[in-house]
Amino acid sequence: MTSTAADSTTQELSGGALKRSLARALRRQKIRALMLTAPLLVFIVVGFIMPIGSMLFRSIDNRVVDDIMPRTVAALADWDVDSTELPSEEVFTALVADLQIAAEDRTALLLARRMNFETAGFTTMVRRAQRAVGDWDVATDGPFRERMIDVHDGWGSLETWRAFKSYSSHYTIGYYLAAVDRTMVTGHIEPLPDDRSIHLMLFWRTAWMSGLICFMTLLLGYPVAFLLANVKERYANLLLIMVLLPFWTSLLVRTSAWKVLLQEQGVINQILVWIGLVADDNRLTMINNKFGVIVAMTHILLPFMILPLYSVMKTIPPSYVRAAKSLGANDWTAFWRVYFPQSVPGIGAGAILVFIMAVGYYITPELVGGPSGMFISNRIAHQWTVSGNWGLVGALGTLLLVAVLVLYWVYDRVVGIDNVKLG
Amino acid sequence: MALPSYASPLQRAWYYGFRILCGLIFFYLMFPIAVIIPLSFNAEDFFTFTSAMLALDPDGYSLKHYVDFFTNPDWTMATRNSLTIAPMATIISVALGTLAAIGSSQSHVPAGDHGGADLADDRAADHLGGRDVLLLLVRGAAGHLLGRRSGTRDPRHPFVIITVTATLVGFDRSLTRCGVDGGRSDHDLLQGAAADPAGRDLGFGCLPSSRRSTKWSWSSSWAGSATNLPWQMFTGLREQISPTILAVATLMVVLSILLLATLEILRRRNEKMRGTPN
Repeated sequence: MTSTAADSTTQELSGGALKRSLARALRRQKIRALMLTAPLLVFIVVGFIMPIGSMLFRSIDNRVVDDIMPRTVAALADWDVDSTELPSEEVFTALVADLQIAAEDRTALLLARRMNFETAGFTTMVRRAQRAVGDWDVATDGPFRERMIDVHDGWGSLETWRAFKSYSSHYTIGYYLAAVDRTMVTGHIEPLPDDRSIHLMLFWRTAWMSGLICFMTLLLGYPVAFLLANVKERYANLLLIMVLLPFWTSLLVRTSAWKVLLQEQGVINQILVWIGLVADDNRLTMINNKFGVIVAMTHILLPFMILPLYSVMKTIPPSYVRAAKSLGANDWTAFWRVYFPQSVPGIGAGAILVFIMAVGYYITPELVGGPSGMFISNRIAHQWTVSGNWGLVGALGTLLLVAVLVLYWVYDRVVGIDNVKLG
Repeated sequence: MALPSYASPLQRAWYYGFRILCGLIFFYLMFPIAVIIPLSFNAEDFFTFTSAMLALDPDGYSLKHYVDFFTNPDWTMATRNSLTIAPMATIISVALGTLAAIGSSQSHVPAGDHGGADLADDRAADHLGGRDVLLLLVRGAAGHLLGRRSGTRDPRHPFVIITVTATLVGFDRSLTRCGVDGGRSDHDLLQGAAADPAGRDLGFGCLPSSRRSTKWSWSSSWAGSATNLPWQMFTGLREQISPTILAVATLMVVLSILLLATLEILRRRNEKMRGTPN
């Protein structure tokens, strides 16, 4: 009895020690793994997460109004956007006080620029007002309402104050509204007039053209992948180079090649005129429109469809199709009922990859698209470089990011992110 | 998939028809790239074949666009920028990527099995529409050259990670255990057992990495407000000024052919090392 008890104690002891030392080893391993990954994690956080965070923040950040016009914003708190009367004298006094400081700090035009993104005319109003208020005395020169209206009619219009009040909060959904062609200049969310609505149309165009491009790459990529997977490996490797060469060639090279081919004096038109299919004075317009974008992007994204398809098809055992045929299936049935279902993961991988890439394309639509082939990313770049509307850039970018993340999540769920082989 | 002798006429027709179809698709893939090569030797400032070129008249051809590329300061500065940034970006991304891949291939990654996958997730960045926007925002945060570098480096390390992780995960761990039983230190093991297969994949990861860095650096030039090769091409294309673009494009195609050949040689060497017959 005693010896058994002693045995179990030793066992417990050694078991505990073993557990401890195993736990220690495990911890050390974990720390080592973490240390090895740390530089990259830091890099991703700095180079990737932070810019995204900054983009998200910019898309709602509206502090500029309250920072420059704190008194006016506070005085407007009691005024209702649906009111049919102008704000009280108090508001105008605050406005004059704010403008005096803003004119001195040279920040008034920043405010005007911000408001101008939403409704035209603010720049003139603010410019004139800041010139006028310079030598007014806030304490004695009142009342200011009539004087401000004399400076510019705009200060006496209800629209001005409704817009100002709607866009005066610290954080705003205004940029997101603008990104989906809505506005709240009247204090209520309303659609923008048709001549200023462009984003929804561009989102939709980006989506359907990407879908079409995705379908075209599938149509052209499937036969090629099938051939690659079913010829001798020697030939397959050679043929694969023909797929990989475009894949490896710079996007710009391929886009410039299409520009050379498609333009009015380009190679394709030259050939068509030469063989007499098209009259010399009636050359086809194939560039700076949707056609050019679809042809060029299908070409550019085709390898991204072929490679995942090929890597899936290579794993399909040929014996299944042979078995189907020996059991009496004809060629079509053997393909459609046996081979095709097994290649579906490849289709899923390729299609979502191509679609996600197409949605964010900028260079190709910019170079061969023209106005009618413009994608949403071109609009984002335009807002950035021409209008300087960072908030709207952030909002559009965030919407695109969310759309792509949803697709990416679906992609991961359906095929798994690790199942793709590229080159 | 050779055609059996008992194939019916329909099967025969399909067999050849299918090959012709594939040939046409390969033509579609290759033709645009092939066509710019002769055009880059155009003696005129046109983007199209002149009659002298079609008649194979030597006067129709010239190297003047190449001369322009090598002498015009716009292009030489852009080239120099590309050539300094791309290797830097490659080295940094390979270093970060390799370390992380070794880390996340160990069986006890703190974040669980998803460690590698999560890191790889930012390959999403590569495909994200917001990428260019992001790079623009990086500009605010980072300094001039620094911004340019981080801008280029960003989209590529996932490639290195994926390739290296793939090898290391597929890599037979019993080799390591065997080494430990034999009394080797971790360092020796990494050197001997793990590093060799990993080294090969480093090559795989590196090559696309450097290629992509030249490719993406155009967007980084936005972020860094400096000009480099792709950026110069981009502006040149938008304004349609000179066929020097075609000369550059030809040189870049030649570069990809060289890289591709290197990859193929690496692959064959690897196959030979593993002893799997082709």
